[in-house]
Amino acid sequence: MNVVPLIRVHDLHVHLGESHVLQGVSFEVPEGGVTALLGRNGVGKTTTLRAMLGLVGRRGSVTLRGEELTRLPTHAIVRRGVGYVPEDRDVFAGLTVDENLRLSERNGGARYELVYELFPELRTRGGQRAGTLSGGQQQMVAIARALLNENPLLLVDEPTKGLAPLLVTEVAAALERAAELATVVLVEQNLAVVERVAQQVVVLDGGRVVHTGPAAELLRDRARIQALLGVHGGGH
Amino acid sequence: MDTFVLLTVTGLGLGAMYFLIASGLSLIYGLMGVLNFAHGAFLTVGAYATWWTSTHVGGGPGTKLLVGAVVGLAVGAVLAALVELVLIRPLYRRPVEQVLVTVGLALALGALVQAIWGLDARTFPVPSWLVDTTTLFGASIPNDRFVEIATAAFVLVGLLAFLRYTRYGLIIRAGVENRAMVTALGVDVRKAFTLVFALGGMAAALAGVLSGVYFSTVDPGRGTSLLIYAFIVVVIGGFGSIGGTAVAAVVVGLIQQYANYYASSGLGDLAVVLLLALVLLARPAGLAPKVAH
Repeated sequence: MNVVPLIRVHDLHVHLGESHVLQGVSFEVPEGGVTALLGRNGVGKTTTLRAMLGLVGRRGSVTLRGEELTRLPTHAIVRRGVGYVPEDRDVFAGLTVDENLRLSERNGGARYELVYELFPELRTRGGQRAGTLSGGQQQMVAIARALLNENPLLLVDEPTKGLAPLLVTEVAAALERAAELATVVLVEQNLAVVERVAQQVVVLDGGRVVHTGPAAELLRDRARIQALLGVHGGGH
Repeated sequence: MDTFVLLTVTGLGLGAMYFLIASGLSLIYGLMGVLNFAHGAFLTVGAYATWWTSTHVGGGPGTKLLVGAVVGLAVGAVLAALVELVLIRPLYRRPVEQVLVTVGLALALGALVQAIWGLDARTFPVPSWLVDTTTLFGASIPNDRFVEIATAAFVLVGLLAFLRYTRYGLIIRAGVENRAMVTALGVDVRKAFTLVFALGGMAAALAGVLSGVYFSTVDPGRGTSLLIYAFIVVVIGGFGSIGGTAVAAVVVGLIQQYANYYASSGLGDLAVVLLLALVLLARPAGLAPKVAH
């Protein structure tokens, strides 16, 4: 039986200035679970997520449940049910935590109970300006914004970057919970987090996909990890 | 003392006009990154629409001015919204073309006003009570100065409340910080763009009405001459900051008045340019950069 992928990226090209950053990226993401997008720094992982959302000019095809997204503006893609947690969080520093969340509300039915269950601190810090939060707290706001609406797909870009180990654990737990509610495409450098949450991996190199398959299979193969990612395996 | 009071209130009145023009200019750049050189044309067209309407309605000067102002503000808002929808929207990723279009539009609208009503200044309908004076700390101050200050204060409070308490205000404040991220949350920021242009056009038209009252006339070059000061105010205040714009407008208005009187007539403009240079050296991003409140 053929399983229709939730999202299908086909022959995606992105030029940023003189650089041909994505050179025909193609992969499919099945419905449910976490698919980790891996690769060395600068291979185009973040650009892939941004291109899927239309935040950078691109050529190629991105379909969500068969619907072509590349003809839509970013806000319309998001309204099809795509949540986005950007690299470096991009919270609105001048707005309060409550305002950051309120801005994300769509079509009523915002899941505040879920967000506060995952991150109780956000309830108590609702009136605080997001710019005065710690990096970990800002990451909570960024993830909460994406979880506030019922999005079938979440694009999450390096959520543990720069966080203390304790917070990394907390964010990983939030990702696991998010994966129960939506399909997650995760860009992540921390292989321990990948090992904990991801079922599938897509590895990029030089703007192209060089490996796809089950996460556990790749993470067991240290030589392969070293070859593809330039790091030692073992989850750290 | 009485001279100082007169200069202060007059400077505040001038600052009020600068604020009304600059607030729209500041939000438009802060949110959309558009340097709108046609903003002065919104002022001129709004002022002429007010004057023209006042000459075609009955009643006393007060009624004429009020009805004319309502029409002038509506014309300013509609013109600005149309400019955004028709000319600016197709050019959002092309800043150089945006500048060329707004400069061209400013020239074209100025020429159109000249072609229809000529170069000569037209007398504005000013009720006598606005020309009358009120004594404050020994100084006889024309009443229109108080109206200008009160109007600008009202607009400032209204704008701040709009930005603070409405959904669109939230979108604008967030958009000034990071427009791309607002769209990545599923918000169609283009509607906010049109709204900001319309509000900016209305505020500029209101400045046109008040400038007509202040100078008792309106002429085709009014918008262009005031736009220069508005740009200076926006740079000093910080693009995208309404509070910074208000402070900068008051400072510029006061310095102009004080320098013209206490130093030498004509030195006011030089003093303003010096202030701009000092601010750019000390705080290149302005007093309150990139925060729409």
